[in-house]
Parts: sequence; structure tokens; C-alpha cells
Amino acid sequence: MKISEKDVVYVADLAHLELTEEERARFLRDLNSILEYVDRLNELDTSQVQPMSQMTDPGKTTTLREDILEGLRKQLPHDVALVNAPDSDGTFFRVPKVIER
Amino acid sequence: MDPQALTIDATRAAVQERRTKATALAEDFYQRIEKQDPLIGAYLTLSKDRALAKAAEIDALAVKGERLPPLGGVPVAIKDVMATCGVRTTAGSKILGNYIPPYDCTAVARMEAAGAVVLGKLNCDEFAMGSSNENSAWRPVRNPRDMSRVPGGSSGGSAAAVSANLAVTTLGSDTGGSIRQPASFCGVVGLMPTYGRVSRYGLIAFASSLDRIGPLAKTVKDAALVLRTIAGRDPMDSTSANVPVPDYVAELEKPVRGLKLGVPQEYFGEGLDDEVRKAVEAAIQKLSKLGCEIVPISLPHTEYAIPAYYIVATAEASSNLARFDGVRYGFRASDAGNLSEMYRRSRDQGFGAEVKRRIMLGTYALSAGYYDAYYLKAQKVRTLLAQDFAAAFNNVDVIVTPTSPTAAFKLGEKVDDPLAMYLADIFTVTANLTGICGISVPCGETKGKLPIGLQILGKHFGEAMILRVGNAVEQN
Repeated sequence: MKISEKDVVYVADLAHLELTEEERARFLRDLNSILEYVDRLNELDTSQVQPMSQMTDPGKTTTLREDILEGLRKQLPHDVALVNAPDSDGTFFRVPKVIER
Repeated sequence: MDPQALTIDATRAAVQERRTKATALAEDFYQRIEKQDPLIGAYLTLSKDRALAKAAEIDALAVKGERLPPLGGVPVAIKDVMATCGVRTTAGSKILGNYIPPYDCTAVARMEAAGAVVLGKLNCDEFAMGSSNENSAWRPVRNPRDMSRVPGGSSGGSAAAVSANLAVTTLGSDTGGSIRQPASFCGVVGLMPTYGRVSRYGLIAFASSLDRIGPLAKTVKDAALVLRTIAGRDPMDSTSANVPVPDYVAELEKPVRGLKLGVPQEYFGEGLDDEVRKAVEAAIQKLSKLGCEIVPISLPHTEYAIPAYYIVATAEASSNLARFDGVRYGFRASDAGNLSEMYRRSRDQGFGAEVKRRIMLGTYALSAGYYDAYYLKAQKVRTLLAQDFAAAFNNVDVIVTPTSPTAAFKLGEKVDDPLAMYLADIFTVTANLTGICGISVPCGETKGKLPIGLQILGKHFGEAMILRVGNAVEQN
């Protein structure tokens, strides 16, 4: 077992997930089985290998541009940006209390 | 009009020559969708107003005798991971159940600018995470070729819609095989372009170093036409490349004689279904008869692709999906007492099991103390995989393999075993990890009449070449 129940609770917290008892048990099992499979990567000696950090040849695909707004989308009008909000007061997004007092 | 005969060119010509109206054609498709789709489940949302307005615009051009744009009047549909202004876009997830984007995905906008009529949005695995379309929060899609089987995933709706003639062509997205594998399962053509070839602006991100947008179509020529329409630099996506877009359609007709085809031994080993092997080998034989040189090659790190993929993809997904917090858009749980609880409960209730599983795995792989062991290790293995391909492409023009180790499997067959499901992508993830392009072209059927796909992999920005080889397979 690579990870314990405690790890699952810790990782869920990092990921802003709550998870039910059932889900925790299920993910404990699934993650251990997947990680065990992933372990075969350690068969490879990668001490002299650079990690991939660029998907295509940067010489061919350079995408730098002048710092001007040309060709870009216009910014969303305020009211349009709020249309999909679960809760808003018409000016701001509204969320539950952040600080208890 | 026989819907199976409606390729892009045939459709456009019929509207141009006023043998039919684009509006009437769109209505025909909607009628077929209404009749057949309750069984198949390819569509999640129909965009009738938008489609009919566009179709009317095309009809007006035809009446005036003006030359129609390349996709003029062609009914298309879009995987529900691409934003469509004013049309609900869910990514197959409850967390975006009511999301109405205020802008268009560039690829969709380019399709419409080229005259396409967007019928609606297509079902898919939630956030494109899956290989069977059974992870859709709304409903699974059934394979039109055999209703007891999956259409593949995650672009299952995109493949099924083309296969069942519920759209002439569709857009899908491919992060680990999600265009090519369902194309293979449903007997249609599916093209994943090179990283950077097609703008991803407006694509709901899954794994940003892997995601691509590409067409699913009835013919290789249709795929070439759609690629020509959507490819090219977009100032709204800094990962879209400044590389000229060739005329993919003109390139199709060039002969394949003299091309070198690499056949990697690692893609023909254990686990490959016998009928699939035979069909793929027969297709390779056919290409040999057309004058291609068959070159046995080795891609020695292939077996490490799936483990590397599931680290990279989940790590990037855990970051990308952090934005779903119930504040600015999407689902918010109603029972939370404070902000932190609101985040957790919204995500808990909004995301499905597979999405949570991947967020958990990805968060773990990126967490303190494990980053080097998992994410960095996987990124190094990617370099090895890229070196495999670079070495191979020094000697060959394209690489041919099966698209999937088996034909379409049964609904429910793999739902309880995530690892078995992940292995369905074993021949497709390598191209995502290395940035190259690939296409799946039908190359036969099993005895049970299930389609089999041939995968053709090409160099970075080598789409013209794989389309040419795919066309040769299709035409012979």
C-alpha cells in the first residue's frame, strides 16, 4: 500500500473535496492500484534525461507578440461576466461568510 | 437525399446548386435526431435558433448566386467541451449543468465563418475523462453500429453522430485518444492535429500539454476540409503555432508511392485482438501494394506511455479543474455554512466519480514530497518517448498501428476497473505525450461487424502526409 486512509483525507483537503466514507474507501483502493502500476516508470533510469517542457520546436512556433490589444477579444461587459454567477448583487460575486466572528 | 451520401462537398454543392435549402437540410437533420437520438444519446443540447439563422444566411447567398464558403450549409455538431456563445455548454458535467458561455471557442467560430450550420452540442465523458462515454453525467452514448456497445470516448457523441448521420461532420477533442479511439469504434475518420496546430481558445481545459481539437468525419477528405478551416494561429491562444496552413485537400491527391511506413513491433504484441491485427496487417499490405515501403521499427519506451500519461494528465487536470469553485459560474451547493465548505460541497456534488478520482491522483502526484517521484519522472519519460519518435521519423515518413487493441466493448464491461479502462488508450496516448499528429481511418470489420481502425501517426505538423496515407487506405 503506497497511500493510507490518512493520505486520502489529506489529498482530498488539498483538492477542496469532501468525499463520503464510501468514496474514500474506493479511492484508497483505486489510487493504490493505479500508483502500483505507475511504479514501473522507476524501471527507467532518467538521471540524465531532461523533463519535457516544450511541446513543439520553439524555433518553429514562436508566438511572442507586441503588447497591444490588437486581434484580441474585447473584455466582457460587467453584466455579462455576472450572468452565470450562482449568486451576485449585480456588482460583485456573492459568497458565504469567510470569517466567523 | 440519402444522408450517408452527404459529405461536405456533396452537401455544399446541393445547397449551392439549389437542389435543397440549407434550412430544409437542417430541419431534416433535426427530424432524424428527434427520431433516432433518444436511443443513441449523441446530443446533449440542440441549438436550433442559431442553426436556422446560419442556414438562412447561406440560403440567401445561394439565391443570389454567390459562391458559398467551403462548409456552406453543412450541418455540423460540436463536442460539449467547446464553448458556444449563448448555447449551454456542460462538458458532460453537472458542475456546468446551467453554464451558458458568453463567447465562442475559436474552432467553432471558424467553422461557422466557413458556413457550417451548428446543430448542437454532443455528449462526452465528463470533462473528456473516459474511453467509453459512460462517464457522462447525463447519459451514456450507444454505438450506432451495435447498440449494446460503447462508442468509445471521450468524444463518443462526436463519433456516434457522424456514424448515425446525425451530423455531416463534428468536432471532438483528444487528450489521450479521445478522437481517434471513438472514431475507430464507430467506423468513422478521426484526426488529432499536432500540438499547436488548432487554437484551443474556448476549449474547457483537461490537460493543457495534451489537449487538441480535431474533426470526426465520414471521409478523409472531409477531415482535411475541416482541418483547413480550423487550423492556424489565433492571437487568443498563445500555444497556437505560427506555422502556415497548407492546402490539406490538394495534398490528398498526391501519390503514396515511395513513402516509408514504419511499423512498430511494440504495437503488435500481447493484448492485441486477432481480428484487429489481421485487419491492420491487411491495410498495411494494401499500402505496400500501392508502392509504400514497409519498415519494421521499434519505439522501445511504449510500455511506459500509459503510466506517464496518467500522471501528467491527472496532475494537469487537478490544476485546471481548481477553477470550478461555485463562485463565478457553475453549480453551487446550497447547504454550506462558510466559504471553504461551499467550495468542497460544490465540487463534491458537482463532479462525478472518475473526475474526482483523477483530481485525487493528480493532486497527490503534485503534492509536496511526491512531485519529483511522479510528475517530474513522468515528464522525463515523455522526453524518452519523444526521442523514440524522433529517431523513428528520421527513417520513415509515417508510422502505422492499430488505433485500439480491440473493437468496441460492451457497455458496463470496464466501468468497475479504472486501470482496464485506461489501457484502452494504450496505442493513442503516445502521440498526445509527444505532440505529434495522428489519424484513425476505418480499415475493416470484425466477424461481428464491428469497425476496426488503422492509426497513422505523423511528424509535428505532418498532417498533410497522414491525410494522404489515410486517403489511400480509404480509396483502395
